[in-house]
Amino acid sequence: MVLLHRFTAVVPLIASLALVGCAGDGGGVQSQKMAAIKARGSLICGVDGKLPGFSFVGPDGRYSGLDVDICKATAAAVLSDPAKVTYRDLSATERFAALSSGEVDLLSRNTTMTLSRDAPGGNALAFAPTTFFDGQAVMVPATSGIRSLKDLAGKPICVETGTSTELNLADRMRELNATYTPLKFQSGDQTFAAYLQGRCVAVTSDRSQLAAKRTGFPNPAEHLLLPDMLSKEPLNPATINADPAWADAVRWVVYSLIQAEELGVTAANIDAKVAEAKANKNLAQLRRFFGVEGDLGKQLGLPADFVVRTVKAVGNYGEMFERNVGTGSPLKLERGMNQQWRQGGLMYSPPFL
Amino acid sequence: MTSRFQIPPWWRNRRYLPWLVQGAVALVIAVVVAFLLTNLLLNLTARGLLLSWSWLGQPAGFDLAETILPFDASLPYWRAMLAGLVNTLRVVIAGLVGATVLGTLIGTASFSSNGLLRRLARVYVEVIRNIPLLLQLIFWYFVVFLALPNGRDALQLPGIVLAKSGLFLGSPELVDGVWQAPLRFTVEFGALLTGLVVYTAAFIAEVVRGGIASVPKGQWEAATSLGFSPLLTLQRIVLPQALRVIVPGLNTQYISLAKNSSLAVACGFTDLYSVSETTLNQTGRAIEVMLILLGSYLVIDLVISALMNGLNGLVQLRER
Repeated sequence: MVLLHRFTAVVPLIASLALVGCAGDGGGVQSQKMAAIKARGSLICGVDGKLPGFSFVGPDGRYSGLDVDICKATAAAVLSDPAKVTYRDLSATERFAALSSGEVDLLSRNTTMTLSRDAPGGNALAFAPTTFFDGQAVMVPATSGIRSLKDLAGKPICVETGTSTELNLADRMRELNATYTPLKFQSGDQTFAAYLQGRCVAVTSDRSQLAAKRTGFPNPAEHLLLPDMLSKEPLNPATINADPAWADAVRWVVYSLIQAEELGVTAANIDAKVAEAKANKNLAQLRRFFGVEGDLGKQLGLPADFVVRTVKAVGNYGEMFERNVGTGSPLKLERGMNQQWRQGGLMYSPPFL
Repeated sequence: MTSRFQIPPWWRNRRYLPWLVQGAVALVIAVVVAFLLTNLLLNLTARGLLLSWSWLGQPAGFDLAETILPFDASLPYWRAMLAGLVNTLRVVIAGLVGATVLGTLIGTASFSSNGLLRRLARVYVEVIRNIPLLLQLIFWYFVVFLALPNGRDALQLPGIVLAKSGLFLGSPELVDGVWQAPLRFTVEFGALLTGLVVYTAAFIAEVVRGGIASVPKGQWEAATSLGFSPLLTLQRIVLPQALRVIVPGLNTQYISLAKNSSLAVACGFTDLYSVSETTLNQTGRAIEVMLILLGSYLVIDLVISALMNGLNGLVQLRER
């Protein structure tokens, strides 16, 4: 009996030690992930790599795009250098395993935020704010005579496996009570190749992705996007639940770009704005935003002037959008839902207080 | 003079020594496996991802392009995976038959008295076995099968239609631009099957060639002197003896074929791997889905192995 008592007394002791250990790891400003990135001197960023406008390798061998700019902004905030990013091209299926196993620090790969991907019992990801509000659409050849989802009944449709598009398509076709043949391919390239070869009469994916892929078609004008929106697809960068401090840092890096646009701060005028804020004590909002006063950056474990670094690296959100996917780019996408909230869009940053 | 026989200590005893060595190796393996398993379990528990199988009963929510078992999106995940498994088995069984027939033909052709045929067989084997299977599948699917005409322009024979969407048998009809028929094989199935058969046949041809070459030349000569025709010699004298060498080699090729069928995802065929990929993405249950996949391919290969070992027992020389 004495032995048993001793044993039961030891158990809570060990348990409490374990708890203390956890508190030591998770608490405080310093995140393990951020410490690892600083030690490594490079941010490992998971991207698609084959999607013009979002992440694409140009003829000069450099990555560019909206998703890539998030990687650069994060590297600028953490490592003070937007070039210190190691890119990993990930397929739709690989991406979550790569993130949760720690192979990549940040996933910036047109990933839709969903409940099951966010929940601890699902993929256990921590999502940063939406960088692009998208929706699933369907592309058909202009000559096919198909003008709405209903016309697709009984027809083969090309889909990429391992994406939420597969499920959305099934849901919508079930609602319409239409049978169809889903042809699934592992990579986007194969999906679009099969569509171009005429194996499917339609291909479905996010609207932005269809527009991006269409720019590479032999005759982009021969393909049109159906007006139907099959789903809501908010595309967010993601980290893992296990490191909340790192997730917070990434979240506010994204917000800094949105807030910069709202405040009229651009890559071109940021130096002047910072000088102005330093000279004028009454510009309290700008002073806090740039880290001239207060310790907002430090609270996140980032440099005080992390906002200055992110905006200098990639510009504000509006500049990023125009450069990569906007009407001036080959994708020619309207701002639409991705407009600032003051202009009736959904881009809204909480206050930097 | 009496020399006393001394019993050696047990660790030098021939009777125990093998057991000792085997035991030590088994212990090392057990420790490594136990370490890996505890590591896995610890990390999974830490991430709240302990193995759970309840998701198998939830509705899958996605559709499958072609199934033998009836399937729709409201059926549970296990039905989707079963449908995928059946498709895998379908392509594996058809592939085994096709590859065996083609491989045997090419293997025997390399002993033909016709020089052109002999050389063609060699060229086939050398070209096919030196190109990666994945490339060949993509070639068959995107270059050959998807180049077929579509709709009204499809190749038509009475009762048979070959179109871009597949092979249709038994009074096919064109409904709203899409071919319909009671019996159909999709081009995805066709491309995968063709790729697997063509590729594996090159290896089987080599196994068959080796088997035939192992039969002494005297057997050929004896049969010829008895008045057997070359075909009859092959059929009655050479092949039955060659089978003893061929069957174990075939086993390896059959197993490779079954495993290679998982490349189906390259040409859009709904096999077990393709269904598992969707399931994995929707449930986030990577370990469980992978375990099911590993288990399924292991069982398929073990069954093939067992059948081939049985066949091997039948063709072995029976000593009386």
